[in-house]
Amino acid sequence: MIIASGIRKFYGENAVVDDVSISLPRGGITSIIGPNGAGKSTLLSIISRLLGMDAGSVVVDNLDISTTPSDVLARRLSILRQDNHMTARLTVHDLVSFGRYPYSKGRLTIEDKDHIDRSLDYLNLTELSHRFLDELSGGQRQRAFVAMVLCQDTDYVLLDEPLNNLDMKHAMGMMKLMQKAARELGKTFVLVLHDINFASWYSDHIVAMRDGKVVRQGSTEDIINPEALKAIYDMDINVHEIGGQRISLFYD
Amino acid sequence: MELKIRWSRPAIVLVILVVLALVSIVCFMTLGSRGNWSFVIPFRGRKLLGLLLVAYSIAISTVLFQTVTNNRILTPSIMGFDALYVLVQTSIVFFFGPMMLTLIDPHFQFGMELVLMIGFSWILFYWLFLGEERSLHLLVLVGIVFGIFFRSLSNFMQRLLDPNAFQVLQDTLFASFSTIDSTLLGVAFAIAAIVTLVLWRMGHTFDVLTLGRAHAVNLGVNYKRTVVIILVMVSVLVAVSTALVGPITFFGLLVASLAHGLVGNSRHRYILPTAALLAVICLVGGQTLFERVFAFDTALSIIIEFMGGLVFIILVIRGAAR
Repeated sequence: MIIASGIRKFYGENAVVDDVSISLPRGGITSIIGPNGAGKSTLLSIISRLLGMDAGSVVVDNLDISTTPSDVLARRLSILRQDNHMTARLTVHDLVSFGRYPYSKGRLTIEDKDHIDRSLDYLNLTELSHRFLDELSGGQRQRAFVAMVLCQDTDYVLLDEPLNNLDMKHAMGMMKLMQKAARELGKTFVLVLHDINFASWYSDHIVAMRDGKVVRQGSTEDIINPEALKAIYDMDINVHEIGGQRISLFYD
Repeated sequence: MELKIRWSRPAIVLVILVVLALVSIVCFMTLGSRGNWSFVIPFRGRKLLGLLLVAYSIAISTVLFQTVTNNRILTPSIMGFDALYVLVQTSIVFFFGPMMLTLIDPHFQFGMELVLMIGFSWILFYWLFLGEERSLHLLVLVGIVFGIFFRSLSNFMQRLLDPNAFQVLQDTLFASFSTIDSTLLGVAFAIAAIVTLVLWRMGHTFDVLTLGRAHAVNLGVNYKRTVVIILVMVSVLVAVSTALVGPITFFGLLVASLAHGLVGNSRHRYILPTAALLAVICLVGGQTLFERVFAFDTALSIIIEFMGGLVFIILVIRGAAR
């Protein structure tokens, strides 16, 4: 369980994250949704210790992130951000191998190699594994980064807009992969998503943010309804039930 | 088949470079010697050791500096590291008189300079890197501004010096590969060895750092500590090379860029030795060529700086186009 309490983050005078306290349950997929500038990515960066906070605390399975050594946390929790610009020239295989760094510090064991091959296979990257990252399309590169994070084999996986650059097939494949990993391996995924239909269809738990605050949180039913969506996005959104799942139509 | 070529490319490069480096070293030691070997060997050996130390320090410090700052254009000297060294030398002459440079024990003086450079770089980089993520542009600007500030301050003080004092100072400041300051060789060698040991122990973090801060933190690198240690080691290496031959601006950039180009990937276990070997070949080979074949003297630093400057301009233009 990840417990964040009283988190605040200021950029100058502006509070980007304003007194957020949430607890994210263990297991399953939690999606964070909300309009641009709601503080979703900032919150994710704070929880994963990439960004310092001005107030508050984050505890991951009884480990306070501000006092726990970074390499201990790296075996518990992993994060992938949106912007993954890279100056290094690496192959896909090299990149995914870095996922094992928290365990082997660069000297790969046979077990590490298994993990690497499995992650490459999960994301259909085996054939591309010796291509350099700068020779890949945006979607392929995105999958390579996700493979690296999976290879890190942590209980908690935080992904900031993991569906960026992915076509429908790969986006769906990615979500199914997470669902499977959550069910079979007991992993916890925390995602920032912009497509509320993906959030509705695959999440076990949804957190909605707006203006640096958590405005709603709960199960899919609690969030994906016209009243709640109006409060979050400030627009009228029709919600239909199709095949037992809620689908929102926001095209006008 | 393709796979095999990829794997062996850095190895081939390394073998060729080792051979070239050995050839340059042998040529440097033997070509055109007309005296007694028992004189020639220690005499040239000292010079060779100096050149090797300088080559090693510059190559390693530049590659690691680029790794930590995550870019391929900046080098410690572009950021004003060696300008600081010049400032320290100038200040000594300015405040304590030219006799000071000759009177105080060179080891003691070197020690003081080391402490100052480490202190300064620690403050500068602590502020620059470690609060939050700051933009690279800010880093470049601050570094260049500091560099200019140090240089102008040195210039200003040099103008106020009397000509004799200035002469003494000038002697210590010109980059020259022919007149390596051999009093400091022992200390410099020991320091380089210690630095190497420290870096060796943290070698596994280098590749992770090339991924950038966010990935490095995610993978459990203690970012703050690691970066500060590496930067302090870099400033020590810059101090070593500057103390031996004086400030050289673009040489590090030249060998680091060539190394990245030759190796073709970003693994430090290949990049670091490649850069160091390239530096040895350039310095020792170049010095042999100039001393023995062309019978010129101080021109090597000019040629190297010229080439390095060209590489810098090419990198800037290519970077802008991308």
